[in-house]
Amino acid sequence: MNRVAVTGLGLVCALGNTVAESWQRLIAGECRILPMRDPGSPPYKFRNGAEAWDFKPLDHFTEKDLVILERFALLAVVAAREAVAQSGIRFEGDLCDRSAVITGSSVGGQFTEEEGYIRLYRENNPKVAPLTIPRTMANAGASRISLEFGIHGPAYTIATACSSSNHALGQAFWMIRNGQITAAIAGGSEAVFAEGLLRAWEAMRVVAPDVCRPFSADRKGLSLGEGAGMLLLENWNHARARGAAILGEVIGFGMSSDAHHITQPCVEGPAKAIDWAIRDAGISPDQVDYINAHGTGTLANDAIETQAIRTVLGRRADSVLVSSTKSMHGHTLGAAGAIEAVACLLTLKHGLVPPTVNFTAPDPACNLNIVANEAARAPMHIALSNTFAFGGLNATLVLKGPED
Amino acid sequence: MPEQVETDALAEKVIRVIAHTQRIPPESVSLDSTFEALKIDSLDGINIVFELEKEFNIEIPDDGVQNLRSVRDTIEGVRKLVRSKSQTAPPGAA
Repeated sequence: MNRVAVTGLGLVCALGNTVAESWQRLIAGECRILPMRDPGSPPYKFRNGAEAWDFKPLDHFTEKDLVILERFALLAVVAAREAVAQSGIRFEGDLCDRSAVITGSSVGGQFTEEEGYIRLYRENNPKVAPLTIPRTMANAGASRISLEFGIHGPAYTIATACSSSNHALGQAFWMIRNGQITAAIAGGSEAVFAEGLLRAWEAMRVVAPDVCRPFSADRKGLSLGEGAGMLLLENWNHARARGAAILGEVIGFGMSSDAHHITQPCVEGPAKAIDWAIRDAGISPDQVDYINAHGTGTLANDAIETQAIRTVLGRRADSVLVSSTKSMHGHTLGAAGAIEAVACLLTLKHGLVPPTVNFTAPDPACNLNIVANEAARAPMHIALSNTFAFGGLNATLVLKGPED
Repeated sequence: MPEQVETDALAEKVIRVIAHTQRIPPESVSLDSTFEALKIDSLDGINIVFELEKEFNIEIPDDGVQNLRSVRDTIEGVRKLVRSKSQTAPPGAA
């Protein structure tokens, strides 16, 4: 079995256009869930969202590119470029065939799809844009990344709602560990601020009217966010041989299905994913220093996640540090796992835990050691990153710091 | 304030909406049915609330949805919202 190094990170989200910008805001505890640029007409029941506020497509792409790629794919490509640049990897020779691109996205190109429907149903115009299919397809980001870097190995996109990018990262991790590939660009992206999609979220009644307050007694739901996170995962020996700086390591992955209800969570499914991930990593629950929780801020998720963590971690659950960075960058759905994996790796590197902001009062149903409102300094070696999706699909990663 | 008539037009309409949304016969839904007994979960709940908002032209707040546990709660909740709507409507409004 091969060790799997992380040699590059990329982020674009409400917190910033780069990993460095985003990390500054994460440790400062800056909530970037702010009034949406388009409040809706009539207004949405929620006024705030975590848009990728500073992202300007033309800073990264030509006008022609924007004809072919829509927002969720643009975000994915920019994050991938940052990760590849940091890693210093060059996709040449055999490595092109031995590398993969695995991305997650829950819905793909919604803006383009909605533009097509506006023409069809509002304007009674049957001629929808000819690039609707390539712009909309959920693999548009993965395909462009593979094209841009000349990667000829496995390239595909996983859609498991809010677990999409953890499933993508887990797949890439296992493929490198098993020796099927040498390197992978893996992560996910999502662009949720399209009117039809926002109305659908509104109808589900799970979005907080103001901001999400994960694990807080007065939490009223999630806050939607957009963005992308990408990781360059690489065979450890390959990374060492080319002298790459190793930023951290993926050491375990676990997944499960609740087989319980299409939207209501249960304890057993998430607990199984966490347990499997810990076993896959070959560690004991006592070795876990930090959990980047799924922590959406809905009443059900946070209480159920607390029980799942307690079920698997036992007494360790009293002391392990837990936070939900969704309180700052929002719930980025198919990008959540990747953005939060980046946050975990930086947490491990710096020994500094980003907080759960907007936290006002503890909830007995969420009796974990929540890092509330201010970052906490602590020795860090191993972190878990949880994602639990609608549809009952759970995926947990185990990440390790760069020290050994 | 007089006791509410046990079944009236509004109550019957609410029961019809619940039955239709759940795809069950209206006669299987009584005033005393709990959502649990009718196997109405949170997802069914938001569907029912969506249909009720349409039927009665009201806005049901998110907190209200989470507290619905029975047919009687639902009817009384709808009744309150319908009343407050007719009180706030300008004179002559439909």
